[in-house]
Amino acid sequence: MKLDGYAPRPVADLLDQAQQARQALGEGFRDRVVESIYKDATAIAGRSVQRGGRRKFDLDLLVDKVVLSPILGLPLMIALLGLIFWATIVGTNYPSQMIATGLFWVEAQGSALFDALGAPWWLTGFIWHGTYRGLAWVVAVMLPPMMIFFPCFTILEDLGYLPRVAFNLDWLFKKAGGHGKQALTMSMGFGCNAAGVIACRVIDSPRERLIAILTNNFVPCNGRYPTLIMIAVLFVATGFSPGVASAVAAGAVLTIVVIGVITTLIVSAVLSRTVLKGEASAFTLELPSYRRPNIGRIIYTSLIDRTFFVLMRAITTAIPAGAVIWLLGNITAGGIPLATHVSQFLDPFAHLFGLDGVILLAYIIAIPANEIVVPTMLMVYLGTGMMTEDISQDSLRQVLVEQHGWTMLTAINLMLFSLLHNPCATTIITMWKETRSLRWTTLGAVGPLFIAFAVTFVVAQAARLLGWA
Amino acid sequence: MSCATCDTCGVTDGIDREHFDGVVALAGNPNTGKSTVFNALTGLRQHTGNWPGKTVARAEGRFTHENKTYKLVDLPGTYSLLSGSEDEQIARDFILFGQPDCTIVVADATCLERNLNLVLQVLEISDRVVVCVNLMDEAKRKGITIDAQRLENDLGVPVVKTTARSGRGLSQLVSKVTDVVEGRCQTRPHLVDLGDGVGDAVSRLVPMIQEVAPGLPNARWVAMRLLDGDWRVREALMNGELSEITQRQQAPTESFSKKMAMEGSQ
Repeated sequence: MKLDGYAPRPVADLLDQAQQARQALGEGFRDRVVESIYKDATAIAGRSVQRGGRRKFDLDLLVDKVVLSPILGLPLMIALLGLIFWATIVGTNYPSQMIATGLFWVEAQGSALFDALGAPWWLTGFIWHGTYRGLAWVVAVMLPPMMIFFPCFTILEDLGYLPRVAFNLDWLFKKAGGHGKQALTMSMGFGCNAAGVIACRVIDSPRERLIAILTNNFVPCNGRYPTLIMIAVLFVATGFSPGVASAVAAGAVLTIVVIGVITTLIVSAVLSRTVLKGEASAFTLELPSYRRPNIGRIIYTSLIDRTFFVLMRAITTAIPAGAVIWLLGNITAGGIPLATHVSQFLDPFAHLFGLDGVILLAYIIAIPANEIVVPTMLMVYLGTGMMTEDISQDSLRQVLVEQHGWTMLTAINLMLFSLLHNPCATTIITMWKETRSLRWTTLGAVGPLFIAFAVTFVVAQAARLLGWA
Repeated sequence: MSCATCDTCGVTDGIDREHFDGVVALAGNPNTGKSTVFNALTGLRQHTGNWPGKTVARAEGRFTHENKTYKLVDLPGTYSLLSGSEDEQIARDFILFGQPDCTIVVADATCLERNLNLVLQVLEISDRVVVCVNLMDEAKRKGITIDAQRLENDLGVPVVKTTARSGRGLSQLVSKVTDVVEGRCQTRPHLVDLGDGVGDAVSRLVPMIQEVAPGLPNARWVAMRLLDGDWRVREALMNGELSEITQRQQAPTESFSKKMAMEGSQ
């Protein structure tokens, strides 16, 4: 090690001396210090801590035997997640329709009032059928699932289950060449990928941290659940009896999530064997004792902090998006609305991937936030008409299938595309802030998009070849 | 580090050291209820959850005692301050360079021995420390008793037993902390017995460090870091950051959002 020539004299002497002493002490200096600290800690604790003689029956240990068992651990984890999805789907349907009915009633009243006051049609349209409708769709589509999903997730978190998730997944990430803590950052991605990317700071090794950052996007964030849930309910679960349908829909969402986790592992493995080569580093993970969740705090955290915060973010992007969509739908060129021009232009390209032009248009408009994909699609599909009277699931599916040619392939590929496509703008900016590297940020943004197109392309072509679609 | 989704958050806006009667840092191992202590003292609802790395940046809040207002800075939970991961570095740099008027180290009563490792490391860096032995309810359930007086004598700094979840012991914690901040309580922190070889090398370096950075309260620890080849401390010595530390204002605290702390935990 060479000394910095600019250092003032006494400092240079000091660093010199330190360097010499460092060499004299040789390897393992830190180990010796740590050893000294441990020795003192043990002595001090020994004098002031007394452990009761009787060993109480240890429930924690018993629970952990099941939760962390090599055979039951993983299936139990997947089952728990499935249960949460099921509860979300079952609990969402009715309130969602109620909220939609209520909010669209307000739209009808508002625009009627504007008409009565003699406002020009474009003002009424822009404000009520554009801006307001975007907001109404986002609230109706997003609020109910979040109000169920977030509390469930917070309960698991409060119990102390998440570190156990990391424990169960550790060997998988190790095999993929990632860090065991990547399971934690991945779990945070379930809430918000931007938060997941920030959370990657807990990973010490730059190589493993980059892998975790680049793959965080492959678990769906709360902005994407509404899309997945809606498609699962409308298409995958259709044809099943009402009792089974919600379980089937939950199974479909769960399958998508599992595909996401598998993609995370595969991409991590590829990265760690190509551009980010290296050994997996070891770490210690403490499994805290299970704690009784604090109900008051769960309600506060999941509803006020999370639901409200995420909803506000969705609304702030939905309002301008609603305005843009209305403009696209109402500014015409050659008698045809711009939205139709764009989606027709995208159609042939989208067809290769089993999607359609409207879906791609929705994903372009939704780059700032995934939350507005479904509202955008619905607004473009359902168009300029007053769509306030009937928004039941059946009529929605009918519109999609009969008027817009959706098939099961469209539904499945939309779910896959939603899972795998590029992260939202917030996440991309966060990647840049965390890595300070244009190269990695670009890879993190474009890589998933490429994977999404590749996977949907293969699925679409295979399905068509086999005559399924 | 800055906040990904918003820069205005109400937690940090317009507060700096000048508007406070003291700055208190909150350190501790993960899973010790550190965030619960933070919330209980500040009344903020920063989200708590128990896994390592929950607090990946610093959260800030305030509390008042006897008409004085103190700033409370929540540091990332860490097991030690010796390695180089980013969360440990944030915690360590704040205690070293941020010069808090008191550092609370939250320890888990059910596994005090392991937690003392961090306590002893903090005591090497700062003499203004209060140890908060938390989760006393869980310890009681497990039949563990702790002699706080004995511990206080051994560590040379105030020790308070708390159950932060139910608020037990927190008022005592606040009064001990303010005693330390206001200088009403003199501490004699326990210094680790480093053994012959390391100890000798450290004591040779300490006078030289004191010459370079007069008034530095933790020359011994700086010596240890130099012997460990810590580039951050080397750099701080070369660019004069350490020698300025005594007259230096606290580093401008980076904008941190409560919301991000919350989001970071989802």
